[in-house]
Amino acid sequence: MADKVLMKGNEAIAEAAIIAGCKHYFGYPITPQTEIAAYMAKRMPKVGGVFLQAESEVAAINMVYGVASTGTRVMTSSSSPGISLKGEGLSYLAGADLPALVVNVQRGGPGLGGIQPSQSDYFQATKGGAHGDFHMLVFAPASVQEMADLTVKGFDLADKYRMTSMILADGTLGQMMEPVSLDYEVKAPIEKPWAATGTQLKREHNVINSLYLKPEKLEQTNFERFDRYKQIEESEAMYEEYLTEDAEIIVTAFGIASRVAKNAVNMARAQGIKVGLIRPITLWPFPKQAYQNVIGKAKRIISVELSMGQMIEDVRLAVECKVPVTLCNRTGGMIVSPEQVLESIINASKEVNA
Amino acid sequence: MVVFDKPNALRDVPLHYCPGCTHGIVHRLVAEVIDELQIEGRTIGVAPVGCAVMAYDYFNCDMIEAAHGRAPAVATGVKRALPQNIVFTYQGDGDLASIGMAETVHSAARNENITIIFINNAIYGMTGGQMAPTSLPGQITQTSPYGRKVEDCGYPVKVCEMLSQLDGPEYITRVAVNNVKNVKNAKKAIKKAFENQVNGKGFSLVEVVSTCPTNWGLTPQDALKWVDEKMIPYYPLGVYKDRSNTEVK
Amino acid sequence: MKTTNYLFAGFGGQGILFSGKVLAYKGLTDGKNVSWLPSYGPEMRGGTANCSVIVSDEAVGSPIVSNPNVLIAMNLPSLDAYENSVTAGGKIFVDSSLVDRKVLRTDVDVYYIPATSLASDNKMPKLANMIIMGKVLKEMGEFDNEDGVVNALKKVISAKHADMLEINLNALKIGKDY
Repeated sequence: MADKVLMKGNEAIAEAAIIAGCKHYFGYPITPQTEIAAYMAKRMPKVGGVFLQAESEVAAINMVYGVASTGTRVMTSSSSPGISLKGEGLSYLAGADLPALVVNVQRGGPGLGGIQPSQSDYFQATKGGAHGDFHMLVFAPASVQEMADLTVKGFDLADKYRMTSMILADGTLGQMMEPVSLDYEVKAPIEKPWAATGTQLKREHNVINSLYLKPEKLEQTNFERFDRYKQIEESEAMYEEYLTEDAEIIVTAFGIASRVAKNAVNMARAQGIKVGLIRPITLWPFPKQAYQNVIGKAKRIISVELSMGQMIEDVRLAVECKVPVTLCNRTGGMIVSPEQVLESIINASKEVNA
Repeated sequence: MVVFDKPNALRDVPLHYCPGCTHGIVHRLVAEVIDELQIEGRTIGVAPVGCAVMAYDYFNCDMIEAAHGRAPAVATGVKRALPQNIVFTYQGDGDLASIGMAETVHSAARNENITIIFINNAIYGMTGGQMAPTSLPGQITQTSPYGRKVEDCGYPVKVCEMLSQLDGPEYITRVAVNNVKNVKNAKKAIKKAFENQVNGKGFSLVEVVSTCPTNWGLTPQDALKWVDEKMIPYYPLGVYKDRSNTEVK
Repeated sequence: MKTTNYLFAGFGGQGILFSGKVLAYKGLTDGKNVSWLPSYGPEMRGGTANCSVIVSDEAVGSPIVSNPNVLIAMNLPSLDAYENSVTAGGKIFVDSSLVDRKVLRTDVDVYYIPATSLASDNKMPKLANMIIMGKVLKEMGEFDNEDGVVNALKKVISAKHADMLEINLNALKIGKDY
């Protein structure tokens, strides 16, 4: 195994993408993800790739659409307000069944919001994020290593299912450094016979398109796409369980919030409280099974989020309201502290044992 | 003896354009050029949102349907991924000069080695005749029912004049297709715009002053006359920038 | 099982983030788990800068240090802001050439190093951060493995700036021996 190196989360995403064979990056500067663009600007010319600073987020995502149309691996990255601008392109990518990787290093919102870390784009990422019936694969790394690992996986699954993979990170994960190993066995790219690469006068023309003027055809296309989504929901959900076996209280959180929550779980365990952690790694598909497993065992679920409570809705749906779910949160760029989560755990413990 | 045939680069399907609309002529000119340059097998077209939205069904080369106004950004991506391929966009005035202005200007500024065919008929056709960025002062449309008032709506955007001020682009020209002579010139311009790309010269844009008899409320014949009498005086034909030729208007 | 939470705080431009990296790399070369987290703000120069570093035998949980075991205060606002957050029995390192007051806490070990003056006296005006870091590494026992310190420094200083290695090492030693 190669030596571990210290890397920023943003840089780990960028280098992992290059290792995964992504030689095309288009972006626009925005804090706190600009290191990705800066890294790509430096590295792409050295690996024979393309780095282009686009005139806007809108242009960047449409350049991504163009490269993806040719069946070539491609990515863009931004932070919350920029992702809103990319919404149009995300919908078109979905409508044309194109694979791409989009990174959102979230910051506080709405509007211009702030530049400190946030998780308040959960709804946007997991519920489509733009017009029309569609989903993206959404990955929520919780360490610099996962920033890299999930980038590689994101490219693979994007190709496999012909859809967009989104890495939903936040400013903390983007800016922090941790040891990371980038030792990947890169798979050979899969065939993309649908791609627009020129007919060479040897085949019918390929058309990359999301326009269906006949509603019957559009409905059928959406049905087929959702059949694929169903298959993904059954096979691609990822999560981590920590000390859940005997837990009567479950703390659940993704990304950076899950690391704070884990500290709090350890602190509460030291006080003898039976508490565990469920950490979704994919947010779409949402790992419902993890929550269904604790129905009848856990008496309370606490959703720890850096938002006004967004994932909590999916948690409630997953447990079909059979377990009460409460929120422990900060928002606007503030980060929950282990002490705040611990207090929620202690209060919940008192309530369920009263 | 074959008197008339479709170019190979056009598919054998009926076009949906209105009678008297000049999109069909421009499609044919583009296809003839693709045939003559023998580039169909490596050409990738990018269709707009607007009347030409279904151009992806009409050309035999691989085609990509772009979001409204984004064709130059999509074409940039395609060309950067496949530099050996020939990439063109085919866009109308609302697409290119209104919602897609940023993409147009910046692809020109970057001198992307792509070819843009720009149809200027001074109106939004597909949505039923609304005011375009290129609608003439006083022109009556569905959304300027009392005539385009420049005090309220500003002046038309002169794309060739504007883009030719940039250092980036290789070739910027304006042609028309309302008579035989103009059609012949248009073909020459389109051919040059594709040849420039084949030769690696860079961004080439051909603005084609076109008709929309349906939304102008004119007969096809009168629409052709309107091009001469109204459009061309406001949008003079000619070469606005050509780096390979010092004779610039 | 041991975890040390460091908080480096000062002005932007004092090399806060850089010196944090030295410590993080020292941990990494010792086979520890480490995290390094900068604060970030819209101003590139002259604003406040701080950096959380965690070095642990276990997996690092939250990378945010709100109660440091070790505080390095490179200016007065940093000492004012974070003095009370240091854990009892912890350590506070102060650049005494820029901070004109004493630490009020009595339950922590305090080290006053006139790092900025030492740096200018030794004609290395930009290396106050490394001078104070030399003291930190010594007091934390990191200098017991001096090769490890040198290796960490080599990792942090890019190949492009390899000529800066020696002067940085000298700065560390000035702090260590102070």
